[in-house]
Amino acid sequence: MIKKSLFLILVLCSSILSAQEHFPKNDGVKSRNTNLTAFTNAQIYVAPSQSISKGTLLIQNGKVVASGTSIPIPPDAVIIDLKGKHIYPSIIDVYSAFGVEKPKPSNHSRTPKYNPSREGFYWNDHIRPEQNAIDYFKFDDISAKTLRKAGFGVVNTHLQDGIIRGTGALIALTDKGGDSERILNPRSGQYSSLNKSVKSHQAYPSSILGSLALLRQVDYDADWYAKSELKTTDRALEAYNANKNLVQFIAAGSRLNNIRVNKVGKDVGIEYVILGGGDEFERITDIKKTNATYIIPVNFPKPYDVEHPFLAETLELSQLREWNQKPANPRIMAENNITFAFTSNGLKSPEMLTKNIRKAIEYGLDKNQAYEALTLIPAKILKQYHTIGSLKNGAFANFLITSGHPFDKETTIYENWIKGNKHILESMTIKDIRGAYSFTIDEVTYDLNIKGEIAQPKAILKSDDNKLDAKLYYKDKWLSLTFTANDTTKQNYIRFVSRVDSNQNLTGKIIHSNGSETAITITKKIDNPNTKNQNTANDNARASVKTIQAITYPNSAYGFSQMPQQETLLFKNATVWTNESDGILANTDVLIKNGKISKIGKQLSDHNAKVIDATGKHLTAGIIDEHSHIATSSVNEGGQNSSAEVSIEDVINPEDINIYRNLAGGVTSIQILHGSANPIGGRSAVIKLKWGASAEDLIYDNSPKFIKFALGENVKQSNRQSYNRFPQTRMGVEQLYIDYFTRAKEYETRKKSGLPYRKDTEMEVLVEVLNGERFISCHSYVQSEINMLMKVADQFDFSVNTFTHILEGYKVADKMKAHGAGGSTFSDWWAYKYEVNDAIPYNAAIMHNAGVTVAINSDDAEMSRRLNQEAAKAIKYGGVSEADAWKFITLNPAKLLHVDHRVGSIKVGKDADIVLWNGHPMSIYTKAEKTIIEGVTYFDIERDQQMRSAIKKEKNTLIGMMLQAKNKGQKTQPIIKQKKHHMHCDTMDDKNH
Amino acid sequence: MKILNYLFLQLCCLSIGFAQQTPAPQQKEAFTIVGATAHIGDGTVIKNSAIIVDQGKIVACVDATTTKIPYRGQIINAEKKHVYPGFIAPNSTLGLQEIDAVRATDDTRELGEMLPHIRSLIAYNSESKIVESMRPNGVLIGQITPRGGTISGTSSIVQFDAWNWEDAAIKIDEGIHMNWPRIFKRGRWWMGEDSDLKPNKNYAEEVDKIQKFVSESKAYLEGNKTIINLPYEAMKGLYDGSQTLYIHANSEKSIMDAVMFTQKNNISRRVIVGGYEAYKVADLLKANHIGVLAQRVHKTPELDDDHYDYPYKLAKILVDKGVLVGLETSGQMERMNSRNLPFYAGTVAAHGLDKEEALKLITSNTAKLLGIDKQLGTLEAGKAATLFISEGDALDMRTNIISRAFINGRNISLETHQTKLWKRYEQKYNKN
Repeated sequence: MIKKSLFLILVLCSSILSAQEHFPKNDGVKSRNTNLTAFTNAQIYVAPSQSISKGTLLIQNGKVVASGTSIPIPPDAVIIDLKGKHIYPSIIDVYSAFGVEKPKPSNHSRTPKYNPSREGFYWNDHIRPEQNAIDYFKFDDISAKTLRKAGFGVVNTHLQDGIIRGTGALIALTDKGGDSERILNPRSGQYSSLNKSVKSHQAYPSSILGSLALLRQVDYDADWYAKSELKTTDRALEAYNANKNLVQFIAAGSRLNNIRVNKVGKDVGIEYVILGGGDEFERITDIKKTNATYIIPVNFPKPYDVEHPFLAETLELSQLREWNQKPANPRIMAENNITFAFTSNGLKSPEMLTKNIRKAIEYGLDKNQAYEALTLIPAKILKQYHTIGSLKNGAFANFLITSGHPFDKETTIYENWIKGNKHILESMTIKDIRGAYSFTIDEVTYDLNIKGEIAQPKAILKSDDNKLDAKLYYKDKWLSLTFTANDTTKQNYIRFVSRVDSNQNLTGKIIHSNGSETAITITKKIDNPNTKNQNTANDNARASVKTIQAITYPNSAYGFSQMPQQETLLFKNATVWTNESDGILANTDVLIKNGKISKIGKQLSDHNAKVIDATGKHLTAGIIDEHSHIATSSVNEGGQNSSAEVSIEDVINPEDINIYRNLAGGVTSIQILHGSANPIGGRSAVIKLKWGASAEDLIYDNSPKFIKFALGENVKQSNRQSYNRFPQTRMGVEQLYIDYFTRAKEYETRKKSGLPYRKDTEMEVLVEVLNGERFISCHSYVQSEINMLMKVADQFDFSVNTFTHILEGYKVADKMKAHGAGGSTFSDWWAYKYEVNDAIPYNAAIMHNAGVTVAINSDDAEMSRRLNQEAAKAIKYGGVSEADAWKFITLNPAKLLHVDHRVGSIKVGKDADIVLWNGHPMSIYTKAEKTIIEGVTYFDIERDQQMRSAIKKEKNTLIGMMLQAKNKGQKTQPIIKQKKHHMHCDTMDDKNH
Repeated sequence: MKILNYLFLQLCCLSIGFAQQTPAPQQKEAFTIVGATAHIGDGTVIKNSAIIVDQGKIVACVDATTTKIPYRGQIINAEKKHVYPGFIAPNSTLGLQEIDAVRATDDTRELGEMLPHIRSLIAYNSESKIVESMRPNGVLIGQITPRGGTISGTSSIVQFDAWNWEDAAIKIDEGIHMNWPRIFKRGRWWMGEDSDLKPNKNYAEEVDKIQKFVSESKAYLEGNKTIINLPYEAMKGLYDGSQTLYIHANSEKSIMDAVMFTQKNNISRRVIVGGYEAYKVADLLKANHIGVLAQRVHKTPELDDDHYDYPYKLAKILVDKGVLVGLETSGQMERMNSRNLPFYAGTVAAHGLDKEEALKLITSNTAKLLGIDKQLGTLEAGKAATLFISEGDALDMRTNIISRAFINGRNISLETHQTKLWKRYEQKYNKN
């Protein structure tokens, strides 16, 4: 009784609401259908995990009124009997570009543009929060039809262009009622990405570094805009503030970027819903740590065409694994309780979605969880939980009528109802003719097997075990079968036609090849064997989930399947290069414990220690590279002449193979510097090369703060076709510094005054420099500019910590010494630019003799792995002692990086970052055998050998699997040899990052 | 204004080009280096040697403890020191470009595809500051090689202490360099394509172009040459065996195809340059007496999956398989980096090759590959006295400290633009 009245209230409510509408009508009388529709006898999935057997679903005015097993059906209801059929909520694409045309790129110009093209908006063209997808929206019938066919009821679309892209719109895909029916929410969320708008060529940001920084700065600026009483108008910031309370989406696109954008979100207080890359499983613990909600593409790679061995050999293990492992990504995310929705974004067509999800299910994803990822989860993300994604009372009547679970292989979707509007995909009255039949013509017996989808069945015809050529057409109740006679040599075709009114025997006529006709009944022996088998097949599938190759850290060659652990190690009888007053100690033991150097002496022992016989070997502190560009996804933000706001810490790439190669060369710590595209570059990351660890864990605890500055040809853009960015001369470089530091001082004064101020990361960073809290490492070549920067620093009362490259340092070594600047130089590079004409390999020796703290750096992923050789060149060029030359790549860079209290020498209490060499560490004939960081052996020459054979074996296995896949008829993709980035000071990001 | 700047820059470059040391005069008197460890360059060592040099040639290189040959001329005491044959840098662009970033100084690559007539020698700047910086490291000879095109042009071999290119020349127009088509090509990113490397669809077509050029030039050379064709003319030496074809190729397939191509066209003198995957076809190379100038040792591996030390040991793998191997230095900053050639050999030794075998990679083996082994590459009687004295092991940077160097017996200067600056500033600070 209560149910009944509740139901009446519901019905009344909805009719009252619609009764209020009045629009002029000039083409007839007003006739609205307010009838109820009742779907009876169906298996109803109100939500994927909440199902009703033989239930009734009642809808009216586009919404669900009620569902259940004992729903009273009102007399004015149209009844649709769905015996044996299923009702599922229709699916939602939460990340779509439906109906919004991608803008055309503006004309390219050769010279970079530094200024915005718009007025009255934010200073950066790529910040476009004022864009509303709804203003660009035009319902696209053809795409809508394809989407409906794939089971979609609602899509959430937006203009996929720019770093901040404005609002999106939630659209119902019904073909009836026009946009007023379709637009469910014209402001469904705000969208961001790391990619620039194609509408503008404004150079900044030219890198992912800049994109991340810009996302932060826009938020600060919008905050200031809202608070301050500015007299100028900024329509972008106004829109940004207006959109702030909407759901915030961001396209990250890869496991590493997911973590990066999440960090930005945390900094500015935005909980992003992140469009991932489908590769989350490779860093699943870190992804889980983000606590974010994800939207996951399901574009699983095709196997490579590996038939050509020469080409196949160029495939990396990581490429091969990607094919093997990616379909398991959804399962692994689910196992880790990460909330995710699926999207068809990135797929060639929405039809691929079900196919690929089916694959994910084969790899262990729960079917219902998969369905939730397209219904409940997107509904929750969109904060539309009550209206879409389920068939709860009051929700939109968006559902599919199917023959089974939408993700089962042979399921047919008959109808896709959206807001109560029916869209027929396949006729529901179609009879399921699938099954096994047999018939006899001219005393020849034929066995016919009809299988496949109900609406598009396929025939397999055999006679005496000969497979015959047979084509089946089945449409609009008529079936026709054309096949070759048993005697295939004659190429005689026999046709059979039948009107199908039941799903039992097929009655019709045979048309022989000679034109004569015979009436025939083809008898059904087994009813739809496929469906029955299918269930068991599914059960089997669940029992035998497809397995993948082991995931390693990083998930590429030389990754660890188990991260190596910290050990207590006792090195016996080594030659120990202490870098301390003890100098080089012969026949000495070193004990490392808890990640620290615990004891140095003779005849040491420790019961728990693993003893390593180091007789004839040398033990040194790990090598430190003051100037490196490995292990980063981006080097330069060159879109402006100052980019203090960017930080390499944002873009560390812990998966760069060069980390491993550097370890093999005895390197344990590096400074990843920003490039030299601008006088004020970006902030550094000072890291340890903990191969396999996550980006965050590489960074030093309480890391010293550094920033890259640069002088000379690169910042003047002398070797580029760029003539419109200040400065173009060394004269301008000086003034740029004076200008920026003056502004930073003013900024600090304002900040300290207690008056409101606009938070500006760039200025914050420069204030740190002025206050000696952040150190400069300055790319420099000729003496005039080196001298200049020291004078500028003097003027602002700070000192330049390090001049890096510093190839003419020898000309001003006395001035550097007086100023307190260190020099981190190349051993012997020169002749690559005009400004290195006077670069000499004796530079390190002269600076060292003048009392400057000297380091030898690499700036190069190749040289960094043999810095021991580069240090040895200081012995040849200028006669530096061996002990001092060794410090050039250990203790001295530690000092320059302000980490010498932790690393750089073998001293009790310091971090156990050490290298065991098979000989004199600066001899060309020597190799590193073990490289240890904080007691963990990250490189071991013997383990490396084992890894080599394991890699070879696994590649073979995977290539074999790909060959097999191709033989089975799977489509393949052509081989791609991955592009190798060798980062240097002047390396820029790709065009679109 | 821009043009003025440009001119100014050019003038600057010219003015710095004149800082070269004066070439040494011809050897007038004989001398004998006594007591050094002589690294012959053929795999052997004479611990206490006597090297007698006269008229620009090595008269004898013998064991001082046992020899009865009388020493000649001045005695250079080299006890505890080491003597090596001058190192040879093949496939080099030394003297063809002075500053990488300044286009005005670049003479490395000519326009066009089939350029056998292009001759590196005449552009070789014997007064290059980079060339003189080779000598203090023991690199005394180079094969000056043009880049660019499919057939890049003709190389010549020079010594590094000369007034001009004529003086410098050791062997003129000795070989033709060909860049074999690559099996992978980069997408045209400027046209919106992915810049990843994809299989080169035009490979066969590109190979066919070379074949066509070879066939046509052969036909031309057989004919009456009514109209002179310079490129075809320049190919003659390849067919009559007077010139070597240097085929720059790295992949297994390219190398195999290149070998078959030369076989088919009766090009008898061949060397593979680069050879990253040459070990995979080592048997084929050995059987056909084709040597390899193995690519730069100090390089990162091509693939992430490759062994970290693969570039270090490539030469050793080839040597072990019986292939004749030399080391070349092309690549990033190749000119200035060529002075590290001895350390490339040292690195190969670090990764398993015997030290004296490693030395061959930059001396006798290279001389053989370049066809100059009759006059250079070892410390043997009758060969040019192009050698140097080092304080220690010249393959190790700690001990590659060279006190004397000779080219054809000429006592050459070891000063450079760089040593002069060094001394000047050392003095500046010492005075203070």
